[in-house]
Amino acid sequence: MMQNEYRPFLSEIKEVIRHTEVEYTFRMEYHGPVKPGQFFELSLPKYGEAPISVSGIEDGLIDFTIRKVGKVTDEIFEQYVGSSLFIRGPYGNGFDLEQFRGRELVIVAGGTGVSPVRGVISYFADHPGESRGVHLIAGFKNPDEILFKKDFARWRQQIDVTMTIDAGEPTEEYRVGLVTSFIPGLRLQDRSAAEAIVAGPPAMIRFSAAALVAAGFPEEHIWISQSRKMCCGMGKCGHCKVNDTYICLDGPVFNYTRGKTLID
Amino acid sequence: MGYQVSPAGADAVLKELSAHYRVWAPRRFAGGGAFSDTDCVRYGEIQSVTEIVFDEKSRFSFKEALTPPSQTMFYFTESQMTEPEFPEKPALIFLRSCDLHAVRRLDQMYLRSGSPDYYYARLRENARFVLMGCRECFDSCFCADMGTNISDNYDLSIEPSGGSYLLDCRVPEWDALLAAQAEKTAEVVPSHVTQTRTRVSIPADLDISVMKSSIWDEYSKRCINCGRCNFSCPTCTCFTVQDLFYSDNAKTGERRRVMASCMVDGFTDMAGGGSYRKDNGQRMRFKVLHKVLDFRQRSGFQMCVGCGRCDDVCPEYISFSHLINRLGDAMKEVSGRDAK
Repeated sequence: MMQNEYRPFLSEIKEVIRHTEVEYTFRMEYHGPVKPGQFFELSLPKYGEAPISVSGIEDGLIDFTIRKVGKVTDEIFEQYVGSSLFIRGPYGNGFDLEQFRGRELVIVAGGTGVSPVRGVISYFADHPGESRGVHLIAGFKNPDEILFKKDFARWRQQIDVTMTIDAGEPTEEYRVGLVTSFIPGLRLQDRSAAEAIVAGPPAMIRFSAAALVAAGFPEEHIWISQSRKMCCGMGKCGHCKVNDTYICLDGPVFNYTRGKTLID
Repeated sequence: MGYQVSPAGADAVLKELSAHYRVWAPRRFAGGGAFSDTDCVRYGEIQSVTEIVFDEKSRFSFKEALTPPSQTMFYFTESQMTEPEFPEKPALIFLRSCDLHAVRRLDQMYLRSGSPDYYYARLRENARFVLMGCRECFDSCFCADMGTNISDNYDLSIEPSGGSYLLDCRVPEWDALLAAQAEKTAEVVPSHVTQTRTRVSIPADLDISVMKSSIWDEYSKRCINCGRCNFSCPTCTCFTVQDLFYSDNAKTGERRRVMASCMVDGFTDMAGGGSYRKDNGQRMRFKVLHKVLDFRQRSGFQMCVGCGRCDDVCPEYISFSHLINRLGDAMKEVSGRDAK
């Protein structure tokens, strides 16, 4: 008998990490292969399913950093350690770490866009010999929306971190301005050989990629992570289709040479 | 083998087959039309061959037999998640050549793109198809130009002829049944149309650059994003997954999927407010290019089968076939040459 790929399985919530009022990380039980940048469909029966990026991977555990913005995520926030959520996945291609090994790496992330790249940042931050240096530019709307504070504290010791908020007064922790304004000032060994990753809201991806190209990055060295409405994760429901591309099957990670052609 | 069968004989055959199949065909729903005192011809289960409507095109397609407009995926009772029961009998579907070609499009989407779809596979498995021959086309048909006017992968063919029915059987196990009811055996070749009144021509150089053409702007105002074109299309496959709980017992509920339309508001809405293609003209572009460009780029064959239902049902009289014929000029426009 054929397997029902839509049947989710129960996964226990092992830990809940509160970043902000509306953004929590749920650390869940999961045994199996998974890559940063992939996603799962999380669900609570009777409320619905939502596609959520994997924001962390450890032995037997995966993290989902969830923003409380919809019917499903509202209900997920009512769940605590010890209770379970239904999940199915992983779906999508995810980031290929090999692509960045031995390279100088620039990561530009906005808001919850840090989630899909967190695994990549952590890996190269913890394995300094495996890249030629990591530069992270992370933007948040305001100080109250800063995510992964513990990670940032650790990353600051390991890699070049620029944290910024859209408006307000700068502090020792963060600067002020859009992420794009910090791209021209990046001090790199060789722009033409470096790789870049961009993840965040659509407009932020568009402007950041353009700023990277303007700063001398070859388009084929830029990678973007997309997000769309997705009801299946298997190239069937049609919601994430952009012309001849299914974000769920062919992405959500795209090389910019292809990503820039994805006009909805 | 070919047979000539009387209406009573055809009903006897249908009765035998009904023991093993749920029989779906285009039939008349009296009073079921959009306006008072009008009927609707659409798909439903039948008991008699005389219920089949041969001389009108069905407003909706056969796809409802394989992809129900609303389909339960799971029932939830507290911590239990159970799958619904599937019908014991597979479907036997009466359909025209264009629609039989559409089955291949549904198979491509549900069985061959990504991992196979469990729910579609269960209804598709062992389904049989009865080709309804077309002696002539309807006004909006353009099957010949889409290459879907002829089908030879049917299990049985049928068409009315002089008070009887002509049938061609490709399933050896059914031959004895048909022979027992036949007035006579005959050489039967299902009728097909060779030329339609509506003609379409898809430009050979069509590519995605056509999205920048100004032709789409006209539809920003004309189209009212009702989605009828999608719901009547035999090749539209999109769905949305919804959960709900029952109002008289909130501990129980279900997950279902419902037909979705890329023309209707909400299709791309994400939690938190993100959304794409807010303009109806751009939704029209998205749909048209899926049907005649990007499905082909992924699958190697065109999605649109030329049934013309979208033209028949549009309340704004937008013609899909007319739009296809404008693509040549649109390509000239975007490639910098003068439009005619």
